[in-house]
Amino acid sequence: MAEGRAELLEQAPAAVSVERVSKAFRLPHQRYSTLKERALHPFASSTYDVLQALDDVSFDVRAGEFFGIVGRNGSGKSTMLKCLAGIYSVDEGEIAVNGRLSPFIELGVGFNPELTARDNVMINAIMLGLTRKQARERFDDIIAFAELEEFVDLKLKNYSSGMSIRLGFSTAIQVDADIVLVDEVLAVGDAAFQAKCFGEFERLRREGRTILFVTHDMGTVERFCDRVMLLERGEVVDIGQPRPIAQQYAELNFGRASAARAQVSADGPAAVRITAAWCEDETGERALAVDQGSSCRACFDVEFDRAVDQPLFAITFRNDVRHTIFVATSAQHGPQEPFAAGERATVCFEFPNWLAPTRYTLTPSVSEGVPPQELIRADDLTALIVESGMATGSVVDVPTALEVIRR
Amino acid sequence: MSSHPTIAPTTFRGPSAIGDDLRRFWSLTYTLAKTDFKLRFFGSALGYLWSLMRPLLLFGVLYFVFTEIVRFGDGVKHYPVYLLSSIVLFTFFSETTSRGVTSLVDRENLLRKIRFPRMVIPLSVALHSLFNLTLNLIVVFVFIFASGIEPTLDWLQIPLLVGVMVVLSTGVTMLVAALFVRFRDMQPIWEVVLQLLFYGSPVIYVITEVPESFRELVAYNPIAVVLTQWRHAVIDQSAPTAGTAVGGIELLIVPLAIVAAVFALGLWVFTREAPRIAENL
Repeated sequence: MAEGRAELLEQAPAAVSVERVSKAFRLPHQRYSTLKERALHPFASSTYDVLQALDDVSFDVRAGEFFGIVGRNGSGKSTMLKCLAGIYSVDEGEIAVNGRLSPFIELGVGFNPELTARDNVMINAIMLGLTRKQARERFDDIIAFAELEEFVDLKLKNYSSGMSIRLGFSTAIQVDADIVLVDEVLAVGDAAFQAKCFGEFERLRREGRTILFVTHDMGTVERFCDRVMLLERGEVVDIGQPRPIAQQYAELNFGRASAARAQVSADGPAAVRITAAWCEDETGERALAVDQGSSCRACFDVEFDRAVDQPLFAITFRNDVRHTIFVATSAQHGPQEPFAAGERATVCFEFPNWLAPTRYTLTPSVSEGVPPQELIRADDLTALIVESGMATGSVVDVPTALEVIRR
Repeated sequence: MSSHPTIAPTTFRGPSAIGDDLRRFWSLTYTLAKTDFKLRFFGSALGYLWSLMRPLLLFGVLYFVFTEIVRFGDGVKHYPVYLLSSIVLFTFFSETTSRGVTSLVDRENLLRKIRFPRMVIPLSVALHSLFNLTLNLIVVFVFIFASGIEPTLDWLQIPLLVGVMVVLSTGVTMLVAALFVRFRDMQPIWEVVLQLLFYGSPVIYVITEVPESFRELVAYNPIAVVLTQWRHAVIDQSAPTAGTAVGGIELLIVPLAIVAAVFALGLWVFTREAPRIAENL
């Protein structure tokens, strides 16, 4: 079925076509925005930085496609969405749209806390492009979808934030747009309403609406998107299938983590130094991404500037939310040989890789003596991405043997 | 997916001032104005009466000062009615424009999150003030009838006079709103200008009391034209018309040209700024 969808999409006409779009913002060094300041410093305003928010961006979105835009903070993805929505004007290039484009990028814009839900829904619906008549006709559906029938005449200031987001989402999906723009809204509301939102997105997808979707959440990207565009510093890094793009995005983030790494020594200026760390896949090649279930090696290089009698080597694996998932330690393997000053070593831990598919950072460390005294620790020196076709939501996927006995 | 209409793709480069969907334009303008109107007195016990309170209070004070203390209005027939009318009409102008100055900045969240024709914002401000003016005029006419003034055919000029005020106020609002986005000095500047205009227009005095040497200068002020003509047409038929006050009906072309020029300038500046309002806020 997925194959069929991909083929259909390839033949579909372009719903949105973005042609070499560039957009720059001027950021004055100091903002002289009053007449007096201008009079006193007539030339001061000529110094400004130009922030190239979008640089020569081109892409096509096919009719009926679920198209993701990902990138780190400040990569230009929200600017891209605002240009598409027609909120910002573009400096260069052209955006061609085939079909009705939803005019908003955020939910519940213009909600007023002093007005009732009824008034707010009517105003919001009209802002989003419905006529007054349509807004009146669809009002009941909107309230029903938001499950807020009892609170229709309550002022919005008495709503919880989740309730008003529900109201915003329910209004937004009533807008007749062929092309829907969505900026990070799926992670709202309680679990039940979130499931309902996802269901609504499945419906939009089946109906053949075109959706442009900006997010950080790779899980949602892999679940919904047909294709994904990765932006970095306003430029298109790549456009492609969700899996490889999600991986590139992870590598982009990892690159930054490693640049910011810090070596911490408990023993004053480095008596022991950790010079490099990496992972190897089962063929022995250095790799950032490895498949779940294969054998994997995590290694680091260490240099001794003084003699260490009872060294203890370890690597701590942490996931994205900084939980320690496991620690590979030489303590499991008994006491290690002493090292003399000036010696070097490469330490490798081999393990069957049953980690859950996500990104890990590795922190190698060296300690000495009993009880161990930490000599050096290199926080997040390298990273490992585990790939798997199946996400169970667990932290590790311990292999099991299955036996189903029919009785 | 095959159900997609194969219409020619529309190409655009940014938001516009007016847009191509007039129905949505009007619907948005009306909704925003109505919401503002509703919100202003929502929850206060006396509601709309507060909106009336300001012009009435100003009227009460000025009336007391100029009839009891300096005996200013003695020679003017129906002076209290004239004073109230002129305050209400001038309030429409000052309310529209002073709220207009900050209107774009006040609506920042809409401008940055939704595509809609930018002109909706200043027009909704003008429309909101027009709602207030309508209600205030009802009170004015209660006073007019209470003073024993009889309706005449000249009253048919009222929509025209209000129309001139609306065009002038809207033009100024477009201009100052667009300028305020770039120059935040616009707000205090406009407050000063409004004060000058209040005394420079025949609000507390009538045009015939202005010394000959200044009269033409004052009479070219479009607000003075409206107030003077209002006095003639609505309150006192024996009072001079705007044409007489300005020194000849053909000279009315000057104030009317000023109104047209202000409107055109406002429209031009606003349209020019419209595509970049969202990012300059």
